[in-house]
Amino acid sequence: MITPLKEFATDIRIQEMIEFKARGFGHTGGSLSVADCLAALYGGIMRIDPKNPQWEDRDRLVMSKGHAGPALYATLALKGYFPLEELKTLNQNGTKLPSHCDRNLTVGVDMTTGSLGQGASTACGMALGLKHSGKDARVYLILGDGECQEGQVWEMALFAAHHKLNNLIAFIDYNKRQLDGYVKDICDLGDLVAKFKSFNWYTTMIKGDDPDLIRQTVLDVQKNQGDRPGMIVLDTIKGAGVPQIENIPLNHHTNVTPEEADEIIAQLEEFKRKG
Amino acid sequence: MFKLIYNGEKEKKAGKKVFGETMQKIVEQDPLAVYLDGDIMNSIGTLGLEKKFPDQVFECGIQEADMMGIAGGLSAVGKKPYVHTFAAFAARRAFDQVFISIAYAKNNVRIIGSDPGVTSAYNGGTHMPFEDICLYRAIPHSTVIEFTDSAMLASLLPTLKDRPGLTYCRLNRKEGTAIYSEDSTFEPGKANLLRDGKDVTIVACGMMVGESLKAAEILEKEGISAAVIDMFTIKPLDEEIIKEFADKTHAFVTAENANIVGGLGAAVAAFLSESTPCPVIRVGVKDEFGQVGTPEYLAEVYGLTSKEIIEAVKKAVSMK
Ligand SMILES: Cc1ncc(C[n+]2csc(CCOP(=O)(O)OP(=O)(O)O)c2C)c(N)n1
Repeated sequence: MITPLKEFATDIRIQEMIEFKARGFGHTGGSLSVADCLAALYGGIMRIDPKNPQWEDRDRLVMSKGHAGPALYATLALKGYFPLEELKTLNQNGTKLPSHCDRNLTVGVDMTTGSLGQGASTACGMALGLKHSGKDARVYLILGDGECQEGQVWEMALFAAHHKLNNLIAFIDYNKRQLDGYVKDICDLGDLVAKFKSFNWYTTMIKGDDPDLIRQTVLDVQKNQGDRPGMIVLDTIKGAGVPQIENIPLNHHTNVTPEEADEIIAQLEEFKRKG
Repeated sequence: MFKLIYNGEKEKKAGKKVFGETMQKIVEQDPLAVYLDGDIMNSIGTLGLEKKFPDQVFECGIQEADMMGIAGGLSAVGKKPYVHTFAAFAARRAFDQVFISIAYAKNNVRIIGSDPGVTSAYNGGTHMPFEDICLYRAIPHSTVIEFTDSAMLASLLPTLKDRPGLTYCRLNRKEGTAIYSEDSTFEPGKANLLRDGKDVTIVACGMMVGESLKAAEILEKEGISAAVIDMFTIKPLDEEIIKEFADKTHAFVTAENANIVGGLGAAVAAFLSESTPCPVIRVGVKDEFGQVGTPEYLAEVYGLTSKEIIEAVKKAVSMK
């Protein structure tokens, strides 16, 4: 038996595959590796109301690695923000579900992203604004590890700590790969935990494939972060949960045939049944 | 000298394949030539060059602003940098670094922006550069080029190696319409007259060159004689040929896969209004943001097809 959160994460992956199948290609690797994190956040951590997506007091999510839009769309559709059927329009002409997250197109998307690094600052701005309006809503930020090569991420890290933004919790999807290959070969990030600690963030690193652990860790961070922003580094695999995609060396953007998608969906359904 | 091979068909090789081969030749032939990329090598046909040429090819990762500054520094110590990223990031994401550390500091750097305008297709609004021509034109003493096809890319890119100052090139990494024979050569700043005409002149760049030739063929059947000029160097503009055709046709249409604000059309109109005033109708994106879709769909949405060129020609002729 798998837990309800793990089931939610698996459903997210299934819906992602339905999206990719309809279009024939997409940012599979990085969309699969964030499924467990999204399941934890939308599966109980975040204060949201899918029937009132513009609710002023809601928690916000900024998917700064904006190319993981398909993962967020699957999550939002499963939560009832819009019909599941719409997922098949991913990247079709005239769609409301583009490659990269767009707050003006998709119900439930809180910020427009796609130019890496920029979501870091907008999330920080949201947290600053909410805090200074006396609101208790929180902001969750998801960064890619490759994305952390952008200087903007580190400018934000300084600012958020200086302004004691303890209503901000960031995640790094530490899947070790970016577009051209392994992060350590391209421009090594070194010890991310030590770096964020030294920037005065409450920082921890956990395995990123267990939504129940992610949930518990978020609660722990909220309890312990004091007046610091929180950082949870998620040790993940690019393409996580789908060995066929994990095993493609350059799996940032891959083709997905209908047969491959069906096989993967069947596999994931099986996992839901048997664990 | 160039030879036109246009017959409406697509090129056999994608721009990224040709870019990869050409970049390799450039670094092989000149030890001072260096190539920097921002985690887009797998998309532009160059992945692996950083291992083959570790002293000349640098994969920077996702840090465009830093990469532009590094290119400026490399030039300052005598290297000849070529820098590539998607055109959106080459223009918007690192503009001040390009402006100050490259152009103002008088360093010599070539920047290649791929996926111009609607060719960025499924990457959508954040990645769809309609403004890069405008932004790069606004940098003093810059050169702004759009490769018309991959034959031009292969021939022209190596010759830019010793060009002083900042040179920006737009590049389609997919298969566009074939325009030139492989042995064609090109001179920056000198436009190509692809088709003579007496009623109107169409000045185009990039993927709109093929659309303009198509439009001119249709217009000919309707009794309108349209000249077609490939203005692949958008800056400095070939004023001589524009002046010549202003005197001859007294009407212009411009066509570009970019915002008409500050683009090729704006450059041509500005020159004409100060020298030989005559009607100029600009075909291009009308001050809009990008979105996802197939390039064909997007070309229709934004009015970037031969149909709009034909309408514009009729309007320009009627205004004479
Ligand atoms: C500023 C910017 N530069 C380049 C890109 C192109 N790009 C999109 S995703 C990506 C790789 C991202 O790697 P990472 O952040 O590790 O994401 P993940 O591996 O989780 O998908 C690149 C280079 C971009 N979207 N934005």
